[in-house]
Parts: sequence; C-alpha cells; structure tokens
Amino acid sequence: MKHSVPPVRLRSAWRVWQRNATVYKRTWKLNILPNFFEPFLYLLGMGIGLGAYINEMDGIPYLEFIAPGLLISSIMWGASLETTYNVFVKMNFDRIYDGILSTPVNPRDLALGELLWGATRGTIYGGAFFSILMLFGMGLHWGILLIFPLLFIIGFMFATIGLLFTSFIKEIELFNYFFTLFLTPLFLFSGIFFPLTQLPELIQVIAWFTPLYHGVELSRGIFNQQWSMDLFYHFLWILVVTILNTIIVLRSIHRRLYQ
Amino acid sequence: MSKPPPIVQAQALTKVYGDLKAVDGVDFQINAGTCYGFLGPNGAGKTTVMRLIYCATPATSGKLLVNDLDVMLNMSAVKRGIGVVTQDDSLDYDLNVINNLLVYARYYDLTRTQANRRADELIDFFQLGEKRLENVRALSGGMKRRLLIARALINKPTILILDEPSTGLDPQARHHVWAKCHELIKQGVTLLLTTHYMDEAEQLCDKLAVMDRGRIVTEGSPWDLIKSEISAQVVEIRGDLPNRQTILTAVRDQVQYHELLADRLLLYTEDANPLYVQIQKMGIPVKTILSRRASLEDVFLKLTGRELID
Repeated sequence: MKHSVPPVRLRSAWRVWQRNATVYKRTWKLNILPNFFEPFLYLLGMGIGLGAYINEMDGIPYLEFIAPGLLISSIMWGASLETTYNVFVKMNFDRIYDGILSTPVNPRDLALGELLWGATRGTIYGGAFFSILMLFGMGLHWGILLIFPLLFIIGFMFATIGLLFTSFIKEIELFNYFFTLFLTPLFLFSGIFFPLTQLPELIQVIAWFTPLYHGVELSRGIFNQQWSMDLFYHFLWILVVTILNTIIVLRSIHRRLYQ
Repeated sequence: MSKPPPIVQAQALTKVYGDLKAVDGVDFQINAGTCYGFLGPNGAGKTTVMRLIYCATPATSGKLLVNDLDVMLNMSAVKRGIGVVTQDDSLDYDLNVINNLLVYARYYDLTRTQANRRADELIDFFQLGEKRLENVRALSGGMKRRLLIARALINKPTILILDEPSTGLDPQARHHVWAKCHELIKQGVTLLLTTHYMDEAEQLCDKLAVMDRGRIVTEGSPWDLIKSEISAQVVEIRGDLPNRQTILTAVRDQVQYHELLADRLLLYTEDANPLYVQIQKMGIPVKTILSRRASLEDVFLKLTGRELID
C-alpha cells in the first residue's frame, strides 16, 4: 500500500543527539579519561618502544610517522563502538527506540541523530588523542586547524558504516565479526604502521577501496604539511562515501524500524 | 445536534507479516472523549492495531484516519496528537525520572519552560515527587508504569494509547492506574486500550471490540455484550464430568446458552435462582454450585475460548 516516507527532519535528529548528550553528560568525566590514556600508551609502546629499533619510516621519525594514523584510528574505534554495540542495545535490549519512535521522531530522523552522535563521540576520541600529540610536540602549525573538521567527517563516515552493519544483524555476537574481520584489518593495513608501498600492488589497490586508508593519508599529509592535490582526492573519497553511505543507511534503518 | 466525527476510523484495515494476517480487515470507529478497549487472547492482533494507530508499522491495506489524518501520509502529525504507553517498558534507563520526562518533551519540540512546567504537573498528578531524581531502575513496577503514562502525556495528547496498562502490576497499583485513567477521561482525553483482563475492560471501557485471530468478533458496551452474547446471570457448577453431563441433560432446554468446560459447567439464564434451587434438589453430587451475575469473562470465553470440550 502506498505510504509516503516523511522527509528527514534535522530538528528531530538533533533531539536524538541531545538525548545521547544528556546521558553522556552524566558520566563524561568517567568516560573521557581512557580516551587520554589510550593514545599515551600507544605512543609510549609503539613509538618509543618500537621506535627504539626503527628510527625512521619514509624519512620521518617513527613516532611522528604513526601518530597521525593512530589519531584517525581512534576516531574509527570511537564512532564504530557508538553505532554498533550502543545502538544495538538501545534498539533491541533497552527498547529505547520504541519510546522515541512513538513521538514525532521518525526512524530516519533517529538514524541521522545516531550518526551525528557517533561522529561526536569519534571527535571526542580524536580530540583527546590530538591533545596528547600536541603535548608530544606534534602538529604545532596553523595548517593543523584543518584536522578538526576532518575528525568529525571521518567520525561520521565510520558511524555510517557501523550503523549499516547494525541495521542488518539480529544477534549482538555478530559484531565480533565486524570488529575482528573488518576494523582490525583496516587498523593493520591502512598505512598507519608502515607505508603500503612496501606491500604487493594488489594490497595497495584493495586499500584504496577502504575507508581508513584515505583518512590516514590525509591526516599524515596535514601533520607533515605535505600539501598536494592527493590530499584533496583523499578528502573527496571520504566525502562521497560518507554521503552515499548516509543515504543507504537511513533507508536501511527505516526498513528495520518501520516494518 | 450533529455528532462530532470519530477521532479514529478504520476501514478494512489489514496488516500482514509474511504468512500471518495479524490484522484481517477490521472496521471500527472511536468517538472522542470515550474509552475504547480491544479485548482478546494473546496473538489476537490487539497490539498490532495499536501499532498501526501510532505509526510504528505501515498497514498492508485499508484505511486508517487518526484525528482526521491518514496515518500513511502524515506520520509525524499523527504521532504529535497521540501519547503511547507501550506494553514493554520503554523507559530510558540511562536517565532519571525527571529527565525521562524532559528528554521526551524535547522530541515534541516543547520549550524548556513548557517542558519543566508540564513535567512538574505530571509528577504531581502521578505522585512521583519523591522519586524525582531517582534512577528509573530504583522504581517499583507500579511507579514505572505511572512514569510511562506520565511520559505519554507530556505533549497533552488528545488520544492516549495504553497497551495492556496493568499487566504485571499488583492489585493496589492496578487500581491506582485505573483511577488515573478515569481522571483522564474526565479531562476529555480519548483512551484506547488493549487488555486481556475482563475486570479492567469492565472498569474502564465505554465500548469494546473483542478480537480473535486478527478479526473483530463483536463490538459494544460491556453490558450490551453480556446481554446479547449470553444472558444476565449464570449458574456455575464444578464437579465430576459425568455428573455435570447429567445435570446438563436435565436442564438443557431451560437455559439460553451453556458451556461445558474442562473443569466446570456454565448455564446462562435470565434468572439464575430458580435453576439453582432446582439443580440442588436433584441431589447429584458436585463439588460446588453457585449462581452469579454473568461477566465479560463469560462473553470472552464464548467468543474466543478454545478449552471447550463439546
């Protein structure tokens, strides 16, 4: 039967974002601390520990080589956690969405609100990480300001990917596959720890189709002030994928929550 | 005086999930300011009808108007005029009592001042003042249900939907919920509820639709249903099956309707007393025999009961 899908209402999406912010505000002091420890430990273990054996990578001190990529990976983990486990629990265990959807908020507004919140959490992770990098003396130049919108956009991109997976699965255990078989390989093979130019060409081609790679390249370019058109293309890739994925995931969530 | 149009109208409303016709072409009209109940066993389609009304699921076919708006074309506007108390507890466990109300008010775009005032009113009305800052987890079942109803009223809806409002509550809490429902009807709110409790339906509803397997089997006021489907009074006999069968054979033509169930025999008649005396005089040994007023439960058993043995 014919029915009209109501247009996405930004204001309703914002209400959902506000709900999450209200919950977060209650515990943010507890929540945010690990976001600072994590980069600290990474930089200590990988940069200084491993860096004792590897002086330079691609002509850059090892610590400075991995830091921009690790920053982007922290956004990936943060935003993904939010739109996978947290959304799944709200949707299926706590039944919070049943309450929200009986108000003027519609499924696609709800999805957009969760994406914005996922991007926000990603930005909080990334922002904490970035502040530690500055303490280590990295990224102290004006061009670094470009990193801030990037934190949010990359957070948003990973929020859409996580939410798309969440919209399809019925069992929470399946997130193990998403994290182990998708995010972990991204983490290891997106050029954070070593340049992909050392790997077989096939892997480089595959990497081009994955989201984290472009974020890492972009971030490293900004940190090291290696301005080139390549940076613009990486950004364009992220933007296009984020927009397309947003359209797909809003539909997918609508189908899941209005059937 | 012209009658106001019904606040909810359904025509041939149908909802199919895969092979299951959850709602199978139902028609009903609900008048503003009344309490309308959907009664039926589990799986009869009551909750699905409610979900169709508050736009949680699209109809497969048919027409459904709420406040003169088509639910398929005006989702947000329809939902703006409805308050919903879901069957499962959908409170926000990450928030305390007052924030459950305030956060919910935001979904309706109430301003902060409006939200605060309305939340305070509702907290008073439902006597939740002491628990204002408590986490929802700390509330008793009855308080949670009250908070759920309070939350549904945050936007001053014209229609309040209650999906099994008193399931799982102790008797005191149930009566408290019912008292609040009566007050709301007095305030002019239209109440729509589903229940499988007959006493609840009799207590609250002006009009009832009895549902079974996706269809509305009958509709009317509780007392009309009793009088039209069975009769005003009933003699109820418990005891061994052969003895009950003997009694039934002896009085069968004196009753309007009977039911021989696994554990008892029900004899429906306009005046139970003479029949009661007559059966006692027969001296057939039974465990108990009593005469009483027929209830909605009897109607319900007749229309949807499946424990009949003949």
